[in-house]
Amino acid sequence: MTKKHTDPLERVAQEMKKCVKCGACRANCPAFGTFQREPATARGKVALAQHLVKGDITLDDGTYAAMSKCLLCGSCVDKCPNQVPTDEIVIAAREALAQRRGLTTFHKAVGQVIRNRKLMNFGALAAAVLGPIFFRKVPSTSGLRLRFPMPFIGGSRHIPQIAKKPFMKRHPEIIKGEPGKPTIVFFVGCMTNFVYTEIGEATLALFRHLGCTVIIPQGQQCCGLPGMSGGDLDTVRELAEQNLAAIEKHQADYVMTACATCGGALHKLYPLVIGKRNPELKARLQAVADKTVDAAVLLQKLGLHPEETGTGQRMRITYHDPCHHRTAGIAKQPRTLLKETPGLDLVEMEGADRCCGLGGTFNVYHYESSLDINAGKSKAIIDTGADAVVTGCPGCIMQLSDGLKQAGDKTRVLHTVELLARKIRR
Amino acid sequence: MLDARTLQQLTDIVGADNIATGAQDLICYGYDATQMEFLPDAVVHPDSPEQVSRILQLANKENFPVFPRGAGSGFTGGALPKGGGVVLVTTRMNRILRIDTDNLVAEVEPGVVTEAFQMEVEKLGLFYPPDPASLKFSTLGGNVAECAGGPRAVKYGVTKDFVMGLEVVLPTGAIIRTGGETVKGVVGYDLTKLLCGSEGTLGIITKIIFKLLPYPDSKKTMLTVFDSIDGAARAVSTIIKNKIIPTTLEFMDHATLTCVERRFNLGMPESARAVLLIEVDGDRDLIEKQAGQIHKLIEPLGLVQFRVAKDAAESEELWRVRRLVSPSLRDVNPDKFNEDIVVPRSKVPDVIRRIEVIQKRYDIPIVNFGHAGDGNIHVNIMIDKSVPGQLEKAHEAIKEVFQAALDLGGTMSGEHGVGLAKQPYIPLELNADQIAAMKSIKAALDPNNILNPGKMLP
Repeated sequence: MTKKHTDPLERVAQEMKKCVKCGACRANCPAFGTFQREPATARGKVALAQHLVKGDITLDDGTYAAMSKCLLCGSCVDKCPNQVPTDEIVIAAREALAQRRGLTTFHKAVGQVIRNRKLMNFGALAAAVLGPIFFRKVPSTSGLRLRFPMPFIGGSRHIPQIAKKPFMKRHPEIIKGEPGKPTIVFFVGCMTNFVYTEIGEATLALFRHLGCTVIIPQGQQCCGLPGMSGGDLDTVRELAEQNLAAIEKHQADYVMTACATCGGALHKLYPLVIGKRNPELKARLQAVADKTVDAAVLLQKLGLHPEETGTGQRMRITYHDPCHHRTAGIAKQPRTLLKETPGLDLVEMEGADRCCGLGGTFNVYHYESSLDINAGKSKAIIDTGADAVVTGCPGCIMQLSDGLKQAGDKTRVLHTVELLARKIRR
Repeated sequence: MLDARTLQQLTDIVGADNIATGAQDLICYGYDATQMEFLPDAVVHPDSPEQVSRILQLANKENFPVFPRGAGSGFTGGALPKGGGVVLVTTRMNRILRIDTDNLVAEVEPGVVTEAFQMEVEKLGLFYPPDPASLKFSTLGGNVAECAGGPRAVKYGVTKDFVMGLEVVLPTGAIIRTGGETVKGVVGYDLTKLLCGSEGTLGIITKIIFKLLPYPDSKKTMLTVFDSIDGAARAVSTIIKNKIIPTTLEFMDHATLTCVERRFNLGMPESARAVLLIEVDGDRDLIEKQAGQIHKLIEPLGLVQFRVAKDAAESEELWRVRRLVSPSLRDVNPDKFNEDIVVPRSKVPDVIRRIEVIQKRYDIPIVNFGHAGDGNIHVNIMIDKSVPGQLEKAHEAIKEVFQAALDLGGTMSGEHGVGLAKQPYIPLELNADQIAAMKSIKAALDPNNILNPGKMLP
């Protein structure tokens, strides 16, 4: 029996009906903001998905181009009067496209690398995946096909340094804390493991400071978000199971991550993509999802008290909300912690909760548009006159750093935990 | 269908990046908030009145229809390409050309988003009051073409009350100016008013001159809860009768409150049957006085709760009740017909009673809320299209709701327009002579009937 290619879309067909095409998404969609054409809006993609199900259009280049113009940032869902889950609908459409057309060379490479920790540990290839950024991506005029990915040619993009030794290779799997204190599984994530190892170190230091036992499961893999972005949900499912096995090996009170994107995968995406096909697996993933918590949220919950430790010099900071935090309702907690921290003055930027424009592999296909969205973000940051922009997602950190450097600005980009870790006595 | 040569000519006018004929583009420019859908043959995005003019000249020569479109957020299908043709999108023309603080006027292009314009003028201490619910995404060109309203119409009026002049491309391609930027002006027919609310059938607006006001000093928001719908309805006419004109006077009936309460649990009193959200603005001392007067006037009408917002955050909290209405309605039934009848303000209690009778007779939920202060009630007829017979029932009920409004000296539509959705009901409100007069205007300006054909007039 041949599989119907619109199957993934049938999964969300009921949800599509909720869209009344009112147009509210035009006000909030960063992709529409830059493309200014209706197929880039949420209601446009819902309309196309509906026509795909009806069979009026096919999974051709035009559909591919439209569905690629989404950052999966969830802004449209937040502000939609009818809460249409356009993010889920786009994910389903991309899965249908991948099933029908096969994965692009680029996404095949992504899938291969993120499923293979050994390959990833071989820094160069890890880099290739972590930053689609390492590729020069120009959508060719013949229809958005990628030029073959060329590692290490970043174009005008500023490339972060790859760590000499990954974070996870520097630490044992179990770091014992004080008796009676919580046990925490640390889901590290690729960006922290391979690029921004200082985020990992800061996170570890903070939870050890609180006396927690920290477990860094050695079997953990990439969360799979880069795969999802291209419709490679089979890879996501595979990684979900591997990560589940790695996490379940340990008894823990919390599954903590300092990466908003990884948090989004564990908390929302895994139970979603497994669907009803495997209720037992879905239930186990849901149990992990329920225990998953962001580092800053958990630090606040466990009562971290940042102290005056340094030179006494004040620092002006502004906070950027990662999309995967906004959609999970995380906004107040990191701000509260930062406001309580001595020596910091938090000033809000305009549109703090607007997407930075990275959008998984969106920036691979639409680098110019990604830059355009990022430029607005950079301006908002610079306008605050802050010494540093602080956020809770290594992906955003990479994108914000790139944007600020492109704008010729010297504002530093830091993770919340990095600032907090400076304010504890070790 | 457009032939290849015509498509090439259109491409020559707007450039290859600004014309689309792919299936995906056609689908995405074939819908609006009515949920009706028609596929055009091409979508063009011109960037100047000259380009618009050339497109319309070509349309007359090659005889294809042109459908102007802003954000495509209309409720009556005004922008839909019924029968196919070319959708002309105005959103590339989105510049605020000038804000003249000496004369309190502004000149804009049609694609500017309403809220973006409001934010710009407010930076200069000025005020553009029309506030359709879609203001975050609808365009000023669309607002003028549909004569959009909004809650603040009670005190300030609707879009046409702020339009002083226009630049318009007529259906034959001539680019003309109407009105101007002087407070007075009587030379010739008032084409500006004619074009406001003409739903893109008489011309394509390419520039708008707006009147602006000083931004009000302060405002006060009140949430008032009544134990009967009649009490709330009478409160509206009592406030107006006593010569207080609030900025907004938003009304929500029991069915609306039940929807909101069920979904969002706001903790309304048990006895709540209707809510009025009242806002006054102006001089600080004056609005304090007005708030006190309003409280005294409505107290005897079955008032069970009176909340005044102390600051902007509390005001936002009170407005939240109103904003949650739309997302809550779907819990009643999946499909809705959103009508926007208007009656003279004193007749609000009467029309509400008539609608209650209609609801009982047809046994379908009708949820009423809206801008009661100007007599404009949003009548939402909630059905499930998949249940046999409900659609027919809804159409009958709508007809009776319109008739009720007309009997009381009102109109079928205050701000949504006619488009395709209300076209069948036009003869209820307009007689043959009125329709003939309007049709002769249309025929004179658009002899080949190429601009938004098949809309509004039957």
